[in-house]
Amino acid sequence: MAILITPETKLLIQGITGEFGARHTRLSLDYGTKVVAGVTPGKGGQFFEHGAHKVPIFNSVADAAKATGATVSAIFVPPPFAADAILECVDAGLDLAVAITEGIPIKDMVRVKRAMQGKSTRLVGPNCPGMVCPGTGKDSHGGCRIGIAPGYINKKGHVGVVSRSGTLTYEAVFQLTTRGIGQSTTVGIGGDPVNGTSHLDVIKLFAADPDTHGIILIGEIGGNAEVDAARWIKANCKKPVAGFIAGATAPAGRRMGHAGAIVGGAEDTAAAKIAVFKECGIEVAVTPSDMADALLRAAKAKGVTLT
Amino acid sequence: MNIHEYQAKALFEKFGVPVPKGAAATTPEEFVNALTQLPDGPTMVKSQIHAGGRGKGTFTDGFKGGVKFCQTKHNAKEIAAKMLGNTLVTIQTGPAGRKVQTIYFTAASDIKKEYYLAILLDRTTSKPVIVASTEGGVEIEKVAHDSPEKIHKVLVDPAYGLADFQVRDLIFKLGLTGAEAKNAGKLIRNLYTMYWETDAAMVEVNPLITTPTGEVLALDAKVSFDDNALFRHPEITALRDLNEEDSKEIEASKHSLNYIALDGNIACLVNGAGLAMSTMDIIQHFGGTPANFLDVGGGASKEQVIAAFKIILGDANVKGILVNIFGGIMDCNVIATGIVAAVKEVGLKLPLVVRLEGNNVAAGKATLAASGLTLVSGDTMADAAQKIVKLVA
Repeated sequence: MAILITPETKLLIQGITGEFGARHTRLSLDYGTKVVAGVTPGKGGQFFEHGAHKVPIFNSVADAAKATGATVSAIFVPPPFAADAILECVDAGLDLAVAITEGIPIKDMVRVKRAMQGKSTRLVGPNCPGMVCPGTGKDSHGGCRIGIAPGYINKKGHVGVVSRSGTLTYEAVFQLTTRGIGQSTTVGIGGDPVNGTSHLDVIKLFAADPDTHGIILIGEIGGNAEVDAARWIKANCKKPVAGFIAGATAPAGRRMGHAGAIVGGAEDTAAAKIAVFKECGIEVAVTPSDMADALLRAAKAKGVTLT
Repeated sequence: MNIHEYQAKALFEKFGVPVPKGAAATTPEEFVNALTQLPDGPTMVKSQIHAGGRGKGTFTDGFKGGVKFCQTKHNAKEIAAKMLGNTLVTIQTGPAGRKVQTIYFTAASDIKKEYYLAILLDRTTSKPVIVASTEGGVEIEKVAHDSPEKIHKVLVDPAYGLADFQVRDLIFKLGLTGAEAKNAGKLIRNLYTMYWETDAAMVEVNPLITTPTGEVLALDAKVSFDDNALFRHPEITALRDLNEEDSKEIEASKHSLNYIALDGNIACLVNGAGLAMSTMDIIQHFGGTPANFLDVGGGASKEQVIAAFKIILGDANVKGILVNIFGGIMDCNVIATGIVAAVKEVGLKLPLVVRLEGNNVAAGKATLAASGLTLVSGDTMADAAQKIVKLVA
């Protein structure tokens, strides 16, 4: 098992005919992911072809879900239309919408988040690398790859990884895989200040997942999401957890690439978050090169086997 | 994106938020015309730069105060002449300070009491929050720390908007009554409309004042906007002042590079914002100081890598370069080819450490090796960071 998705998950792609969406649809198909439908309004009835794959395109998410049984969408549509694309997934009753799009106006996300209250659809992202549930084939082939992360660096196993940042997630996964440690699921929740699924939401899922034996929690300066997750871990999670916070050298008031990565007050600096991690029993990675080793230290201390 | 006080106040007026009468000038010749638009008598002279702490700032020639009270308009003109073109150093500008290119004159107001008012995003609830306090004109962080009970917050439901009862509640908490209450209510509602309609990231009025005649005015205005939403606000995009931005950051944005200048001497070139931030961190961890944040993005081209190198080398403080690439989907060989082309084009003489990992890494390393360039390769982030710190020391 894994969290939220499995290698059997049926995926649809919103924005499948755009350059960005098309490129990553091909990579997901190559990885063995079950991409069953595409959605591009006005191109319904056409097909997205890649090698032996022939993915039907629909005019709406509702049509695509009804015809193919897709339960999860990856959203690649441009920022001005992305909020609408998310709401369309909610309306169609999908289980999960993963918004890859970078640069969605914050007000749009404030409204989307409010509109999703009480609905059954979960949102991951936006401005995120997506999710990977590794498969059992060579280079984890046969898994479910949603979004833009490299699939081949993964390995099927028992570590859950959650992060705001794409490349830092890859760095952590690569460190794990080269040490022979596999992953249950990796989740990139995105670098925006308003996002769907939080660090804490993912941590709760990992804590409850019998297939996940250890967790790497990667955070950044800005906001207090990492702190909320850490306090919950202290009270509720027995599994070994390693943590890293990026942005110790970032000056206050400057936005470091991600819209959410900006120090606003004394509470959201890297130093403040690292102090909370330590206080909550999370093994802190001293440098980004130390993430996998930090988890190994935490696992050893708790007598947990990660492989 | 930040804007100047005088621009923010023009927006305030457009949305029905009262401000003291004011006029801006960019040359000494314009001072006279600007001042004729104001009533005779006490006048404020305000340096326009994108940084706080102006009143307590000092100019590089020793003149004190970027915001001054003057008894007469004649006096205001003389003071303005000392500020214009001068460089103002405040707690927020760094030691280099900012050159004052615009002066804003306003009629000085009779102040009965000062308040604080701001609207921004509350990240915990993902809702707009209005923050107000009876302690205006001082650092709000200090008030929040020393007497948090004096900070009042109202969360706005984005589905409904700001409700009248919430405005009333806030006004009672601020202790306002009569004409003041009525005027403050209107001001808060209009300010919220402006925040929402313009996709502002933050609107801050410190101080908001009451006058002896019952008026409520925004005496200062600090406004910033959500960059992601500028595409739908051309009139706000037009307010951007390139003089207030680092020239290297402007050049970087032309090449879709995300660059922020810092004070150190080790430049970094990285793909991905999280990895770029942590590359700065690891340089510092091993005793070096990063010269910049530079994220080349997920799909960097050879041309972008060349542009990135030129921008990095435009910083005279740089003594060495660390390239850290985790090519997930990005082809490491594309980056390697870009590095080789860039180094040849700019004639690099500084130490260069390259750490490449990920997709097509063998080809990338081969390209670097075959180029004959004198560069050092790092295996992990830690290894690469230690090597560049040592080379620069």
